[in-house]
Amino acid sequence: MIRCQDNQCDYCGCCVAVCPADAIELKVSSLHIDEILCTLCLSCVHVCPFGALEAVE
Amino acid sequence: MKSRYDVIVVGGGPAGAWTAKHAVEKGASVLLLEKDPEIGKPVRCAEGVVKSSLAKLIPIRKEWIAQEVTAIQLIAPDETVVDLMIGESGVILDRKIFDRDLAGMASDAGAEVFTRAYVHGLLADNGSITGVQVNSSGEEVEVSGSIVIGADGVESRVGRWGGLKTHLSLNGIGSCAQMLLSEIDINPTCVQFYFGKEIAPEGYLWIFPKGKNMANVGLGQVRHSIHSKTALESLRIFVNRKFKNYTVLSCIAGGVPAVPTLKEIVGNGLMLVGDAAHQEDPISGGGIINAMIAGQIAGEVAAEAVRSGDVSKKQLKVYEKRWHKAEGKNVEISYRISKVKNRFSDEELNRLAAALNRIPPEKRTVVQIFKTALIHHPKLILEAIKLYA
Repeated sequence: MIRCQDNQCDYCGCCVAVCPADAIELKVSSLHIDEILCTLCLSCVHVCPFGALEAVE
Repeated sequence: MKSRYDVIVVGGGPAGAWTAKHAVEKGASVLLLEKDPEIGKPVRCAEGVVKSSLAKLIPIRKEWIAQEVTAIQLIAPDETVVDLMIGESGVILDRKIFDRDLAGMASDAGAEVFTRAYVHGLLADNGSITGVQVNSSGEEVEVSGSIVIGADGVESRVGRWGGLKTHLSLNGIGSCAQMLLSEIDINPTCVQFYFGKEIAPEGYLWIFPKGKNMANVGLGQVRHSIHSKTALESLRIFVNRKFKNYTVLSCIAGGVPAVPTLKEIVGNGLMLVGDAAHQEDPISGGGIINAMIAGQIAGEVAAEAVRSGDVSKKQLKVYEKRWHKAEGKNVEISYRISKVKNRFSDEELNRLAAALNRIPPEKRTVVQIFKTALIHHPKLILEAIKLYA
């Protein structure tokens, strides 16, 4: 699964823009990744300017 | 908030505010929704615009100007500096004040503006968008609208929900980090652009002065592997190398579309404007001016469609056509040039910079750069032919 390290996330929306599955919901200061929709393509991990997203077991 | 409006605009940046202002001025009832607590915050932008381009759209207030700039320098990977002739001034804006003023103008014209209004879904009926589901300061409400306009930025979901393909590929977005630095030694009237694979792969780094010793220092890049540097890591390396002393006043992340305008930016009862429609200039990543040009057209077309009682995709295509004629074509050309630029290795960029410096400064225009680039990278001539084909 993809995990967002909240203390590093700036809530900029890059991950939402590149998610092919529309699995990421960004509110003002919270990020939710829908594990069922997520295809683990890692686009969000790559694009994150702050490296706040990581793939974990 | 009422239960029904002619036009609902989602997103309170320059695209949304300018769309709302023009729709309301043409007689539509307009609701403008911003998810953040405050219009103009956070600023995810380098804040630079060409002064004459902005002045064509709106009388410039001095409160918006953080710094006027009159010179541009391009810096090659080997630090060769190319002074570029621009022949006109640039303005580094204070977006907090600028955005608030634009939304204020929409409000003064008669639009209803709400912050802390998070749109999380669309209402649809018979294949047409008919409104939004919004959480407004904690309260769940449904609001009907004849037309919903997504001005919800690079992360636009309004378009996706309405069936438009706003999703960006990894190559199609600049992953950006920017710091507002103080106590730095800069020329306050000169903007600088740094290029190179080590500095910002497939992108560039910018220094946009905001006063005597202060600047937006940021970069946009493409990251293909999790083993390569993030935008923030690239930026930190540059800042530590470039400046002996500095204080970081802010550090923000952001994304800029680096693709031409979407094929379809309208649907039944639906329009997209600004970064949501990918209307930025793909070379510079600049989006403010284009967003306002598109916003004016979108607002006018939306109001006219509502008045005529026809908000079908076919009717709203007028906006698409007018946008293409106004700026869309330029965005397309800019995109192809940006692709050409990314084909240059660092060594080729160094040679190009040296060649440009052999051209008299008064002749160093963007067109001349492009011509010189072609001479130094003959394979690109094929690409260039396509630009004009």
